[in-house]
Amino acid sequence: MRRLLISIPYLWLLILFLVPFGIVLKIALSDVALSIPPYTPQLDLSEGWTGFRTFWAELDLENFWFLTEDDLYWKAYLSSLKIALIATFLTLLVGFPIAYGMANAPDHWRPTLMLLIILPFWTSFLIRVYAWIGILSNEGFLNQFLIWTGIIAEPAKILNTDIAVYIGIVYTYLPFMVLPIYATLEKLDGTLLEAAEDLGCTRIQAFWSVTAPLSKPGIIAGCFLVFIPALGEFVIPSLLGGSDTLMIGKVLWEEFFSNRDWPVASAVAVILLLILVVPIILFQRNEQKQREAEQ
Amino acid sequence: MPSDYASGFAPWEDADATPLISFDGVTKRFGGFTAIDNIDLQIYPKEFFALLGPSGCGKTTLMRMLGGFEDVTEGRITIDGLNMAGIPANKRAVNMMFQSYALFPHLSVADNIAFGLKRSDMPKSEIQGRVDEMLRLVQLQKFAKRKPHQISGGQRQRVALARALAKAPKLLLLDEPLGALDKKLRQETQFELMDIQEKTGTTFVIVTHDQEEAMTVASRIAVMDNGLLKQVDTPDRVYESPNSVYVADFIGDVNIITGTASEVLENTQLIWAEGATPITGMTGSRVVQGEPASFVIRPEKVSISKDEPQAANKVEGKVIDIAYLGNMSTYHVALANGVIVKSQTANNRRIARRDITWEDPVWLSWTDTAGLVLRD
Repeated sequence: MRRLLISIPYLWLLILFLVPFGIVLKIALSDVALSIPPYTPQLDLSEGWTGFRTFWAELDLENFWFLTEDDLYWKAYLSSLKIALIATFLTLLVGFPIAYGMANAPDHWRPTLMLLIILPFWTSFLIRVYAWIGILSNEGFLNQFLIWTGIIAEPAKILNTDIAVYIGIVYTYLPFMVLPIYATLEKLDGTLLEAAEDLGCTRIQAFWSVTAPLSKPGIIAGCFLVFIPALGEFVIPSLLGGSDTLMIGKVLWEEFFSNRDWPVASAVAVILLLILVVPIILFQRNEQKQREAEQ
Repeated sequence: MPSDYASGFAPWEDADATPLISFDGVTKRFGGFTAIDNIDLQIYPKEFFALLGPSGCGKTTLMRMLGGFEDVTEGRITIDGLNMAGIPANKRAVNMMFQSYALFPHLSVADNIAFGLKRSDMPKSEIQGRVDEMLRLVQLQKFAKRKPHQISGGQRQRVALARALAKAPKLLLLDEPLGALDKKLRQETQFELMDIQEKTGTTFVIVTHDQEEAMTVASRIAVMDNGLLKQVDTPDRVYESPNSVYVADFIGDVNIITGTASEVLENTQLIWAEGATPITGMTGSRVVQGEPASFVIRPEKVSISKDEPQAANKVEGKVIDIAYLGNMSTYHVALANGVIVKSQTANNRRIARRDITWEDPVWLSWTDTAGLVLRD
């Protein structure tokens, strides 16, 4: 019975992750072709063993070599990394004070504040990103407001720049940063801060020597939860970013839909996955360490 | 009893002694609730002072005001002659050992102890030496590099003590320091605590709800109730000469017999039952002739016998219960009017040799100075 229960998530992973990944990997090793589906070779089981051998012989790493030849790809990977890193840092800057405020709010306020953090999820992600176009465009609310207050005379170009992408990512992934940090801050024993003050710390020193190190697991978890999806983000850069905003998610989309080059698109996806495996492993190690510390 | 008390340490009896801590008409209110009600109290250097009372009596609030975690609503607290009003916790020469120990989980034992030193004006080169000294004091040299979750509860308690003592405070506050330890370890640690207090010469103020603990460690005990100091005295006086029925009842086991005071002289006669001979006891505070009063006597001062004894006070009754505690037994004896009086006797004979058992008619007796008559 126990085995059966354990096998359910594994089966789920096998069918919905490992099998599709195998298919993507196979396409990445294939060649582009004018056919349906648009790649060769395809396994013909009617020819039996020889059919499998010719199929196997035609698979190669050509597409991966191609990714190293054209500098568009590695530039896109690097640019994605840069944008994801900066966006994660900005999300931390915005998210930590929010989480800190929530954790220090009176008990009866906390459920409401929590609801406010989760509330945006009730609306479609796509609609919310579209709404930002209305806010950030040249005639948008933000520019109108800034001109009305007299801070700027001419509308500033925000939409279709990297700044808009950062705003979009920070906005979208903020809850993923706030919630884990809030969880660690809420567990923080208030007497530790009293003890720090008793031993000669000012409030600010107590924050840096007690609160900050003890919220580290939450900060790390939040950063990974933002960084990982931000790295492969496609919707935000294509809706809010400019033509020069280079992100690997966008490149992937163009290879797949515009160029109809499924094998190269698949190769891009496989490399992206490999890049993401590193932070995911680090993230899991952090979670593990935190669990051990709590025991 | 602390050795320093036995050796004649009693600054509270010396009119010329300067107190380290002085509470002058201190009141603390939380909204409409009065936690501390107009308290005057002096605590002297090198004292081991216990604040004792049930939960909610205000003892923790009193301590937190000393530590700088609560401000005073009315009145004044001075430590070493300095008015503490407006001085935050981090500016006071006072350290506190928290009930939960509040050890920093991300720092090693040594770093926990060094935490306060690093934020003091002690030169960096001296910190390590001081930390080693503290580790030696609490015998934790081997555990310096461990994290708090890697050591036992008793060891954590000692780390908390070492950390609080590291800055050599004038005053150390201990909030239920032994509450989390099991009974045996607690008793050992009580003596260790007294030993360390004597070695360092620091003034200790301890908050506890455990009267045995207070009796063991303290030079003086303040018994608190509802934000008031009921009695401030040495452990033996609190036990032997309680000034109120509340204190008598709170400290240790006690028999209370209510009645009316008559003939209030050095001793007082208490009329307690129709037709019975009045009970004689020492006159306690505020007893008024003809007013209601209570006679209090400790069970171990009541003798039990089968034959009528020769004694100043004697009453007849019937054994209704025997609590056998191993080293001693407590007999619950019902008197003719239904009052139950406990008598405690050391079991210095084997159980088969003892002749008193359930339902036996017995005599209880005590001398006329064994108990006290107190106003209700």
